[in-house]
Amino acid sequence: MIYADNAATTKMSQAALDTMVSVIQGNYGNPSSLYSIGQQAKETLEEARAAVAGVIGAEPREILFTSGGSEADNQAIRSAAEIGRKAGKKHIVSTAFEHHAVLHTLEKLQKEGFEVTLLDVHEDGIVRPEEVEAAIREDTCLVTVMYANNEIGTIQPIREIGGICRKHGVLFHTDAVQAVGHIPIHVAEDRIDLLSASAHKFHGPKGVGFLYVRKGIRLTNLIEGGAQERGKRAGTENVPGIAAMATALKEAAERMKENAAKASLRRDRLIQGLGAIPHSALNGDAKQRLPGNVNFCFEGIEGESLLLLLDDKGIEASSGSACTSGSLDPSHVLLAIGRVHDVAHGSLRLSIEADLTEEDADYIIRSVTEVVEYLRSFSPIWRDLESGKKPHIL
Amino acid sequence: MALYSEKVMEHFRNPRNVGVIEDANGIGEVGNAKCGDIMKMYLKIEDDIIQDVKFETFGCGSAIASSSMATELIKGKPVAEAEKLTNQAVAEALDGLPAYKMHCSVLAEEAIHAALEDWRSREKSE
Repeated sequence: MIYADNAATTKMSQAALDTMVSVIQGNYGNPSSLYSIGQQAKETLEEARAAVAGVIGAEPREILFTSGGSEADNQAIRSAAEIGRKAGKKHIVSTAFEHHAVLHTLEKLQKEGFEVTLLDVHEDGIVRPEEVEAAIREDTCLVTVMYANNEIGTIQPIREIGGICRKHGVLFHTDAVQAVGHIPIHVAEDRIDLLSASAHKFHGPKGVGFLYVRKGIRLTNLIEGGAQERGKRAGTENVPGIAAMATALKEAAERMKENAAKASLRRDRLIQGLGAIPHSALNGDAKQRLPGNVNFCFEGIEGESLLLLLDDKGIEASSGSACTSGSLDPSHVLLAIGRVHDVAHGSLRLSIEADLTEEDADYIIRSVTEVVEYLRSFSPIWRDLESGKKPHIL
Repeated sequence: MALYSEKVMEHFRNPRNVGVIEDANGIGEVGNAKCGDIMKMYLKIEDDIIQDVKFETFGCGSAIASSSMATELIKGKPVAEAEKLTNQAVAEALDGLPAYKMHCSVLAEEAIHAALEDWRSREKSE
């Protein structure tokens, strides 16, 4: 089996798993308790906070543990909106291809009277900093742009955008769920005010993540209750999950350079091999993308069929087709980079890791080529394209 | 739990009656690429009997399986019987479809009916 869906979730690393089990077994105290095992858990929690902070260039007190990326996105945006509301600023700048955790939160804010500008991400899937600057108004309270896109893997010019936001005194949030642990991030140098991350995207456990909040930014609670997380996120802390996340992140950071070099080598091999399939196209910029992300559209076929047949060949991947999204529309990300519906239905995302061998990559290329050819052999759309009844798009 | 029943997967992996009938006397195409499903049915009808049926489908696993099953259900049958084909019959024969995939069986029913209609209109004009 070749697991090529690491952007969906990753397998926990052995070290993270060991940490998790050992905390569950031997360190079960409540960090809010004053007796020894409680304080031992508190210590584990604070060690994890320092470790996570260290990896992204933050201070420990700037890290808030959450249940994952979606919660972090929600809280970051809600908090910035609340700060804006109090100052009479109700305009937010974002992009058309954000994760739904961001887009749906923004939609809710629109219903509450906020105005949202969604920037174009262009054919290469990259936001232009000058367009961010042009969109900022007197009443803009937040700019939120993802660090790297979850479907097409394109890395955004975060440092430039951060600089622009700082210059204009506008809060800057980035959903860095796909980037943390995979590419270097430094919140201070990148001028980031709020950053969301999720442990299971970097070989940590599911159900845990964090929000980086620059010192001095007042958070709004999503969950009320006890005084955990400096009173900003109630509920007994998920100590085993948090400790395991810290282990996974330290490990990812240590191996980042080596892993990224290996994965991008395989990525480029896959891009080259799949690009040889007639009437196919890479989605997103070829170079400014995550080391493990490959995303293609193939004309004349539908993504779910492709995934099922690849699964039969032992390859696990994902697609942006409507059938895999549970709606009639294909991925909003592919539509945002200008792919028309017909083509967007036939997409394939492979998100690989450094351990993918050259043989695996070649097997993927062969298998995808075969399956695409097979599905085209009885596709009425393909017949129309090949007979010249309709023009090829790709 | 699997996404689809064994029957759906079996028909998806080994679809029956795939292809084109060059001298078809009834052709129906339904769906659109925008929504991600297109089915095209080819019928060869003689003496009011469906002598042959083939399909081409662009779509998800259940769309391909529904097309395959629909062709099996009408092949060799009198036109009058094929006209009564319902999407429920297709879905049931596949041991069920997930609720959000039922439209695939509807598309199969519509494709067959469109092909039969085409045949009828050709008959009339002859």
